[in-house]
Order: sequence, then C-alpha cells, then structure tokens
Amino acid sequence: MSLNRRDFLGGTAALTAASLLPHAAAAAGKIKLGAIHDTSGIFDAYGKPMDQAVRLAVQEINAAGGLLGQQIDISAYDTQSDMALYSQYGQQLTRQDKVDVVHGGILSASREAIRQTMRKTKTLYFYNVLYEGGVCDRNIFINGVTPAQQVEALIPYAMGKSGKKVYILAADYNYGQITARWIQKFVADNGGETVGVDFFPLDVADFGSTIAKIQSVGPDLVVAPLVGGAHLSFFRQWAAAGMKDKIPLASTTLGVGNEQKVLTPEEGNGIMVAYNYSQQLTSPANETFKANWRAAYGSSDNIHETAVSTYQGVKTWAKAVEMAGSLDREAVIAALETGISIDGPGGKVTVDPKTHHAVLDVHLMEFDNQQMRVIETLPQRQPIDTQAVCDLQANPNDNTQYEIQI
Amino acid sequence: MDLSFVILVEMLYAIATLVLISAGLAVVFGMMKVINLAHGEFMMMGGYATITAVNLGVNIFVAMLVIAPLTVGLIGLVVERLVIRHLYGRLVDTMLATWGLSLFFIGLATMIFGNTTTGISTPIPGFAVGNYQINGYNFFIIVVSVLLVLGLFAILRGSRAGLIARGTMQRSDIAAALGYSPERIYMATFFCGSALSGLAGAVLAPLVGLVPTSGGAYIAKAFITVIAGGPALVAGLISSATSFGVVSQIFTFAISPVMGEVALLVAAVVLLRLMPQGITGRFFRGKL
Repeated sequence: MSLNRRDFLGGTAALTAASLLPHAAAAAGKIKLGAIHDTSGIFDAYGKPMDQAVRLAVQEINAAGGLLGQQIDISAYDTQSDMALYSQYGQQLTRQDKVDVVHGGILSASREAIRQTMRKTKTLYFYNVLYEGGVCDRNIFINGVTPAQQVEALIPYAMGKSGKKVYILAADYNYGQITARWIQKFVADNGGETVGVDFFPLDVADFGSTIAKIQSVGPDLVVAPLVGGAHLSFFRQWAAAGMKDKIPLASTTLGVGNEQKVLTPEEGNGIMVAYNYSQQLTSPANETFKANWRAAYGSSDNIHETAVSTYQGVKTWAKAVEMAGSLDREAVIAALETGISIDGPGGKVTVDPKTHHAVLDVHLMEFDNQQMRVIETLPQRQPIDTQAVCDLQANPNDNTQYEIQI
Repeated sequence: MDLSFVILVEMLYAIATLVLISAGLAVVFGMMKVINLAHGEFMMMGGYATITAVNLGVNIFVAMLVIAPLTVGLIGLVVERLVIRHLYGRLVDTMLATWGLSLFFIGLATMIFGNTTTGISTPIPGFAVGNYQINGYNFFIIVVSVLLVLGLFAILRGSRAGLIARGTMQRSDIAAALGYSPERIYMATFFCGSALSGLAGAVLAPLVGLVPTSGGAYIAKAFITVIAGGPALVAGLISSATSFGVVSQIFTFAISPVMGEVALLVAAVVLLRLMPQGITGRFFRGKL
C-alpha cells in the first residue's frame, strides 16, 4: 500500500475533525464540575464518600432539571493519596478539561498543591474539609469547621469531663501543628495546662513508646488530632494497652472518616469529638439526605463529616449559580458573597462574605457503640479564627494562608 | 521503677521487631547473597494471608504462625523456581529482578484486596505494671522472635540439614562433589527465608493498618539491620538489632519518635563507617 503526503494529511484532518465533533457537541449545554479526591490509598476512607457525595449532589441537581437549564457533567480524578498527583490533575482539570468549578482536596497539603493553579486559571474552587483555618483567597470557598469553631467547643467539654492536664498527639504537618496550637490556647483559656505535645509523621504506626511516655506524664485528658490509616493504630494500641478507661480521649479528626466504625466498641466508646455532622442527627434534612444516599449507593453507613461538607459545598455552589443566573466566576462569587445559606444535613450553612468560610452548627458528640451520639448542638458558630486575620471585602487581592497568632 | 520496666519492655520490643523483620532477609541475603528487594512485599503478603485467614474464621494464632509462613513460603518457592534460580551469583541482576517482583506483588495485592487500609485487632489484652499499662501483644512479639532466633541457631548449628546448608553456602562445588544437590538446597533455603518474611508480616499485622504498599516501610530497616550485622547470621542479627533497637528507643523516649528513627539511621551510618564489614566482621568472628 502506498501512502502519499496528501492522502495522509487529508486522512488525519478528517480523523481530527471526527474526534473533535462529539466533544464539541457535548460541551454545548453542559456545565463541567471538577472533582479531585483520594479515592484510593491511605486516605481513601475520607475520599471515597466525598466523591460519592459530589455525584449524589450532582445527580439530585440534574434530576431536578439541572442548573440554568443545563445538565452538570462531572470530571473526577483519583489522586491516590499522592500529593504529587494533585498538581498534575489540578492542571488537567483547569487547562485541559476547563471545568467551571472544582470541588475537592482533602489534606491541607493537597489543597495548597492546587489552590494557586485554581487562582491563576480563574477556576472557582471549593474546599470541603475541616482544616486548620487561615486561608484568605477570594477564589476559594471553604465550608469545613476550623479549629476555633471545633476546638473552642470540644476542649471545655472534654476538660469538664476529665481534668486540667492535657496531653496532645498531633499529625506532623500544617493541620496538626496549627490545631495543636489552638488546643493549647483553649486549654489555657479554660484554666488548664498542656503537659505534653508530640507530633507524628503520617506513616508512623507504632505508638508503644508514646503510650508509655504519656503514662509517665500522667495527664487527665489526651487530645489527638491524628490523621489517616497509620495513625488509627494509636487508638487500637491505646485500647490494647488497657488505657482507654484510665485516661479519656478527645479528637478533632477521629470520626471524620467514619473511624468509629473501624474501631470496635471496646476501642472507641467514650471518645469525645465535635463536628458539623453525625449520622445520628435527626433533622429532616439529614433523614432525606440519608434516604437519597441509600437509594444511590445501597447503604448509608459510609457517610461522614467531609462527605457531608462536600455535599453542602456542591449545593451551596449550585444555589449561587442559580442566584447569579450565570456560570461566570465573578458573578458566582458575588452571589456567594451575599451570604447565602443552605439547609444541609449538618444544619444551616451560611457563607461568611468576609472570609469565604462557613458559619455552621457544631455538634458535641461521643462515640457510642460505633456511632456518634450527639450530646449538644452549638448553633451557627462563626469562624472567628480566620475572621481575625482575613477580610476579603477590604482586601480582595489577598492570597495568603495566615498562621493565626494565638 | 515501673517506668524503667516499661522502657525495658519497649526496648526489647523494638529489638524483637527488628529481629523479626530482618530474619527472612538475613537467610536470603546473608546466606545466599540474593538481594531480595521484594522482602517487604513478602511481609505484606504474610499480613494479608493472616487477615484473610482470620476473616475466614481461622484462629488468629494458627493464621499467624502456620498459614501465613506456609503461604508466603510457597510463593517464595515459585519465585525461586521461576526467577531467582537463574540468577544465583549475579548480584545486580537479582536486585533488578526482585525489584520488579516487588512492584508485581504490590499490584497483585492492590487488585485482590484493593488499595485500602485493613487490619485486625490484637488478640492479647493489655495489663498493668504498677501505674503503667502495657500492650500485652508486645510480649508475644518478643517471645516469637526469641524462639525464632533459638530455632534458627539450633537448626543451623545442631541439625544435619543446617550443616549441609551452611556447607553449600560456603562451597557449593564441594557440597555437590559430596553428593548433595546445591540446586535443591538453595531452593529449600529460599523457601525458609520467604516463610520467615511471611511470619514477620503476619505477627506484625494486628499492630498496623495494612495497605499493599506497607512493605516499603520495612525494607530499609531490614537491609540496614542485616548489612550492619555482618557475615555471621545469628550473631549478626542479634547484635545489630540490639544496637539499633536500644539507640532508637533511647531517642524516642528522650526526644520524640521521629528522632528515634533519625537516631537509628545515624547509628547505622556511623557503625558502617567504623565497621564496613558489619559488627560480626570485627566481633564474634567465625561465630554463627
């Protein structure tokens, strides 16, 4: 067979055109939503339900006729718990897929890996995870609880049930470091004393010597902002050493990935936490949400804090798009900055125009037979930590993560 | 007083862990000079074998001490027949081949078990020492590694099979001339080494959250322990595991777990600078 240049070019052109056609057809009349989560690897316990939450929210919106009369299309990427993949897929979402909004990121490190890409490419970004606070960037909206919202509620309660001497075990990266500082502040504010702080890299799985060290210090309470599968070993080894009934535990992260279901009742019962969501909330919004989740995925057992935040994030964005009547980034940001709220499974969520964080309900809870029993609900907590340093109305070009001075 | 006992137990536990994770490698690398970069994955498979067996209703101790070593030993046997036996005496080639194997096993485990964290709880409850609580499982690990070292020593020193194995490792041509088939002896030794790796992975499984890439966490420490130990198998294993275990635990208690790891690595560098042939290259020479 002979192939001359003319045939070749002609054929290639036809092929290219053919491959472009369906793409162009699909692009018209579709809104593109990017999702970027760790749905495999050591953070998959957080990431998988978050990905499902995005899909559920989008499915509900599409079933109700879509947004602005258009259906939403999801471009989802699995970052495999690998921070390097965030930069890569972040680029792909913004430059190749050219999505209208990105929801995702789990660890603070992953958020920082893609935040600047989103800002540079003017792609609206929602980070739907509880985190250490202080991010001040007009392009990002954050609806997870920050330490002031969470720790401020948790520490007085936990100290009231135990005592004044507190030992902190934290994950060794920005979330753990900053949260540990907030815990120290609120311990001091409540008349207590921090008797020890230890930080652990994310792959540390042996806590034997730490458990001995804690006992030699003899605190009344251990607060553990530990993160990920390896750190789960701490709670297991703590119970295996028979410490669970001797010194009470509180955590700012345990339960976010439904860890209460991985730990046995003997290992988990009595651990104190404070979050925006528990499956045991009895509000109508939560009942509907759980029913829809069951209809979509069979079981609602895997719903957790960050999945609900993600769901609330997509719903907040959708409401803002409806209100703006356009997908234009500036118009949507302006709509969000009017301080819109939605009624989510975790309670009412309001966008704080000054910080782009969320005003939301915080529930004090205790682990009880692999469930999170709600003890008290503190309604509409302001993100006062970030509010103290960030004002996007006065300074819209700000692009910093403040380390809040305590 | 109580605290010093607790620290002592933690130190013994650290030493025992190092012995455990290095024993399989010591047999395969120390005796046969095969650099098995898939050692960590052999351990990982031991862990998965245990968890799978326990989930199927097998008693956890049977799963850890019998099923896992046998499973991994058999996998090792297949690997030896298919890959390793063509590469004896070719150090660099075995590195490349076993590295490929390690990637293969990670992929295989990911396909079968998924890239998620799994685990089982420890079968032994904690107990009190004075004002302190200790994880009872630590003692189990200490006992297992003491028995393992004693067994290894007894077999190599006392049994005919051990004598033949040692002889073959020194001069395979003479062993062949005396009527023993080096090929079969290598095969058996590799089986034992793999089974030991499987045992280590199995015994450590209840303490950690297992993922297909878990092996990577052990491989460096295992190699450091074996290389720093030097030519003598048992004496090298004990002496280097003891040095590194003590150093890392002192720093862990005095400063932090991170500094413990750092101290272990620094100790290894210093040790190998002073004794390039390993500890037993200078002390305990000619011992087993």
